[in-house]
Amino acid sequence: MTGETVTSAIFGRLTWESFPIHEPILLVTFAVVVLLGLGIVGAVTKYRLWGWLWREWLTSVDHKKIGIMYIVLGIIMLLRGFADALMMRAQQAMAFGASQGYLPAHHYDQVFTAHGTIMIFFVAIPLVVGLINFVMPLQIGARDVAFPFLNNLSFWLTVAGALLVMVSLFVGEFSRGGWLNYVPVTNLQNSPDTGPDYYLWALQIAGVGTTLSAINMVTTIIKMRAPGMTMMKMPVFCWTALCSNVLAIAIFPVLTGAFALLMLDRYVGTNFFTNDLGGNPMMYWNLVWIWGHPEVYVLVLPVFGIYSEITSTFTGKRLFGYSSMVYATVVITILSYLVWLHHFFTMGSGASVNSFFGIATMVISIPTGAKIFNWLFTMYRGRIRYELPMMWVIAFMLTFVVGGMTGVLLAVPPADFVLHNSLFLVAHFHNVIIGGVVFGLFAGLDYWFPKAFGFKLDRFWGRIHFWGWVIGYWVAWTPIYVVGLMGTTRRVRHFDDPSLQIWFVLAAIGALIILVGIAAFVIQIAVSIMRRDQLRDTTGDPWHGRTLEWSTASPPPAYNFAFTPQVHALDAWYDMKDRGAQRPVTGFAPIHMPRNTGAGVILSAMAMVLGFAMIWYIWWLAAVSAVALLVYGVAHTFNYNRDYYIPADEVAEEEDARSRLLAAGA
Amino acid sequence: MAETQPPAPAFYVLDPHEHHHEPGSGTLLGFWIYLMSDALIFATLFATYGVLSTSYAGGPSPREIFELPLVALNTAILLVSSITYGFAMIAMQEGRLGGTRLWLAVTGLLGMAFVGVELYEFGNLIAEGATPQRSAFLSAFFTLVSTHGLHVSFGILWIGVMLVQLGQRGLHAENQRRLLCLSMFWHFLDVVWIGVFTFVYLLGVLR
Amino acid sequence: MSETAHGHAEVPHGSRRGYLIGFLLSVVLTAVPFWLVMTGVIGDAATVAAIIIALAVVQILVHTVCFLHVNSQSEGGWTLLAYAFAAVIVLIVIAGSLWIMYHLNTNMMPMTSMDGPS
Repeated sequence: MTGETVTSAIFGRLTWESFPIHEPILLVTFAVVVLLGLGIVGAVTKYRLWGWLWREWLTSVDHKKIGIMYIVLGIIMLLRGFADALMMRAQQAMAFGASQGYLPAHHYDQVFTAHGTIMIFFVAIPLVVGLINFVMPLQIGARDVAFPFLNNLSFWLTVAGALLVMVSLFVGEFSRGGWLNYVPVTNLQNSPDTGPDYYLWALQIAGVGTTLSAINMVTTIIKMRAPGMTMMKMPVFCWTALCSNVLAIAIFPVLTGAFALLMLDRYVGTNFFTNDLGGNPMMYWNLVWIWGHPEVYVLVLPVFGIYSEITSTFTGKRLFGYSSMVYATVVITILSYLVWLHHFFTMGSGASVNSFFGIATMVISIPTGAKIFNWLFTMYRGRIRYELPMMWVIAFMLTFVVGGMTGVLLAVPPADFVLHNSLFLVAHFHNVIIGGVVFGLFAGLDYWFPKAFGFKLDRFWGRIHFWGWVIGYWVAWTPIYVVGLMGTTRRVRHFDDPSLQIWFVLAAIGALIILVGIAAFVIQIAVSIMRRDQLRDTTGDPWHGRTLEWSTASPPPAYNFAFTPQVHALDAWYDMKDRGAQRPVTGFAPIHMPRNTGAGVILSAMAMVLGFAMIWYIWWLAAVSAVALLVYGVAHTFNYNRDYYIPADEVAEEEDARSRLLAAGA
Repeated sequence: MAETQPPAPAFYVLDPHEHHHEPGSGTLLGFWIYLMSDALIFATLFATYGVLSTSYAGGPSPREIFELPLVALNTAILLVSSITYGFAMIAMQEGRLGGTRLWLAVTGLLGMAFVGVELYEFGNLIAEGATPQRSAFLSAFFTLVSTHGLHVSFGILWIGVMLVQLGQRGLHAENQRRLLCLSMFWHFLDVVWIGVFTFVYLLGVLR
Repeated sequence: MSETAHGHAEVPHGSRRGYLIGFLLSVVLTAVPFWLVMTGVIGDAATVAAIIIALAVVQILVHTVCFLHVNSQSEGGWTLLAYAFAAVIVLIVIAGSLWIMYHLNTNMMPMTSMDGPS
C-alpha cells in the first residue's frame, strides 16, 4: 500500500486542495464566520449557558421553541442567501464589455446555485414551518403537536442540511447546476467534483425533515383540535397550514425519489439521467418539477393564511368569505399538482401536452384572485389599523398582483417560448416569492412576535425595514423585468451589450435598498430587546386578536392552556371575549406533557456526518455513521419513558402570575 | 351587550379527563400518512420505470431475463406472509402474547425467504451481465425492485425489534400500537408488490 | 368487519374470517394473471395486459379492505380520505410522467447528439 492509497482510504477525496485558501473572497468570509462563531461560543461559555441552551432549547420538544428555532435558522440563512444575491447583483452590474467583473465563472455559478437553494430550502421553508409550528397548535387549542419528538428531529435534520450547504463554502465546492441541480450539468461526467453531492445530501437530509414535519402537522390538525372546533370553525391559517402540509407530503417524496436516482447515477453508475445507454435527462426535469411547482404553493398557502388572519384582526372584522377562502385553498392544493409542465413548455412535448398544462396554470389564478377579493372585501368599511403587519398586507396585495399577472402571461405556451429562461421569468418568480411569501413572513413575524416573547417589535425600525424591502423590491426587479422582456437570459455572468448596463446598475441599487431593509430588521430586533420594558404586553392580546393563540399568556406557558378551550364559533377568542368568557383561576390539574430528548440532535448529527462522508468518498466513516444511525434509532425505540406531568401547583403558580399581570394591566 | 344574548356556554373544559389527548393517539393516522408519502416514492420509481422501460440500449429485454417461476414463488411467499401477519394481529387482539410472537417470527422468516430469493435473482442477472449499469431499463428495474426489497428488509428488522420488545414488556399498549403500525407497513408492501409483479414482471414478459 | 363499539378506540380491527377471505381472493387474483402470462392461453397480448391490470387493481382494493382495514369509519374517515387523495396523486405522477415523456420521445425522436433545450 502506498502512502497515497492510505490517505485516500482515510480521507476519501478530501485533500488540502479542497480548502479554497487561494480564493480571497472565501478566505475573508471564512475568517468572519470563524470569528463570529468563536464570539458566540465564547459568550455562551462565559455566561455558562451551554447547559441551559441544551436543556431548554436544543433538546426541547415544545412546539413553540422549535418554531422559534426554525425562524432563527431561517433568518440566519436569509443573511447568507442575501449575501449571495448582492454578489450576483454586483457581478452583473460590473461585467460588461472588457470588464469580466470580479467573480470567476465557476464561482459565479456556485453563487447563483447556492442563492436559490438556500432561499427556498433553508429560508422560506424554515420560516414557514417555524410559523406553523409556533402558531398552529395554539390556534387549535392544543398543548403540543401530535409527535413532539419527531418535530425536534425534523428541525435538526433541516439544520444538518443547512450546515452541509454552509460547509461547502469552505470545504470543496457547491453545485453549479442551478437551484434544482439540473442534469446534464450535474451528471458525473460533467461535474465530477463534490458540488452536486453536497447539494444532494444536504437536500435529502433536510427533505426528510420537511416530510416528517409535514406528516406531524397534518396529524396534529386532524387529531388535536380543541373540542367544538369543527373543520369549518378552524382559523384560516390552520386551513392553509393543513393544505400546505398535505401538499408537502404529496411532493417531497417525489423530490426525494428524483434526487435518489441522481445519486445512484453519480455513485453507482446507473443510467437514469445520463445521455447514453438509454438515460433520459428530461425525466429529471419532469420529476423535480412535479415537486417544484406545488412547492411554490406549499410556501405561499400558509402565507395567505397569515394575510387572512392579519387582515381580519386589523380591520376588526370577520374575514369576508371564510368558506370561499377555504374552498379556494383546497382547489389551489389540487390544481397545483396539475401544472408542473409549464416549467418546461419548450422541452418539446408538443401542443396537446402544453395546452393542457397551460390551461391548468391559468385556471389556478381564479381561486387566487378570489382570495385577493376576499381580503379587499374584508378591508372594505373596516376600521383599519395601520400597524406593521397590516402595512405588509397592503404592500403584498399591490406587489403580488403584478407577479400573478406576469405569471399568467408566462402560462401561455407561445409567450413562454419567447420568455423561457429569460430574466423576465426570474423577475416574475422573485415578484411572487418576495411580494408574496417574504412580505407575508415578515408580516407574520411582526404579528406573532409579541405572542412569542411578550413584547412588541419596535415600530420605527419596523417601518424602515418595511420601506427598505418594498422600495428595494421595486427598484431591484422592475429593471430585470425590462431586460428580460428584451431577451436577456438568466444565469449569465458577463454581457456584451453595454446598453443593458444601466438596468443592472439600477437593480444593484435596489438590492442595496433591500440591504437597508434587512439591516433595519436586525436593528429592529436588537432595539426591541433593549426597549422590551416599554414595549411589554401584559394582556397576551396586544392586537385585539380573534383566534385562540391570543387567549393565553405571552409568552405562552409550556402547556399553552391550563384548561383546554371549548370552541363555539369561528373566531373563537373573539367569541369568548364577546360573550364574556371568564378565565378559570382555580381547580388546576396536573398536565401531561412530552419529555425533552437529545435524540433528535444526535440522530441529525449522525446524518450530517454520513452525508459529509459520502460527499467526500470517506467510505469507512459513511459505514460507521450509517450503522450508528440505525443502531441509535433502534435503541431510541426502547425508551418508553417519554412523558411526565407538570404538577398542579406549578400550573397554579404560573396562572396566578398571569392573573396578577392581568389585574395590574387593567 | 350580554343581556341580549343567551347565557354563555362553557368556554373551557374544566374536567381534565373529559378531553384528554392520549399521547400517541395520532400515531396510527400519522403512520398511515407516512405510508401515503412512501407510496409516492414508489410512484416516482414506477413512473421512472415506465418511462425508461424500453430503453434497452442494446442490452437485454425483460423477456430475455425475467424468470417468472421465481417471481411466482416470491409472490406466494409474500402473500403467505401477509396472512401470517394477520394471524399475529388476531392473536394480539385476543391477548395471546405467545401466539403473537410465534406468528410474527413466522412472518419474519417468510420475509427473509423473500429477500433471499430476490437476492438470488439479482445475482443471476448480474452474472449474466444484466447489471444496473447496463441500460436505463435495468437501472430502473433494479432500483424499483430493490427499493421494495429494502423496505421488506427494514420490516424484518422491525419484526426482530418487536420480538425483543414483546419479550420485555408483553402486549403493552405502546407495543400494540407499534404492531398495528408494522401491520400497515407490511400489508402496504404487499400492495406495492402487486404493482411490481403486474407492471414490471408480467407486463414486461408480455411485451 | 370492523366495529366501532369501543367509541374512541378506533383501532383497525381485523377478524380471522376477514383475513382468510382476503387471502383466498388474493391467491386467486395472483394466480390467474401468472397463469395467463406463463401459459399464454390467450394469444392477444393487449387483451392479457388489460385483464392483468384490471386484476391488479382489484387485488389492490382487496388488500386495502381486508388487510389494511381502510373503511369510511376509521379515524373519522381521514384514513380513507388520505388513501383516496394519495391514489389520485400517484395516478397523476405516473400517468402524467408517461404522457409527457411519451410525447417528448415521439416529437423529439430523431435524437442526434443534441439535448433538449434547457
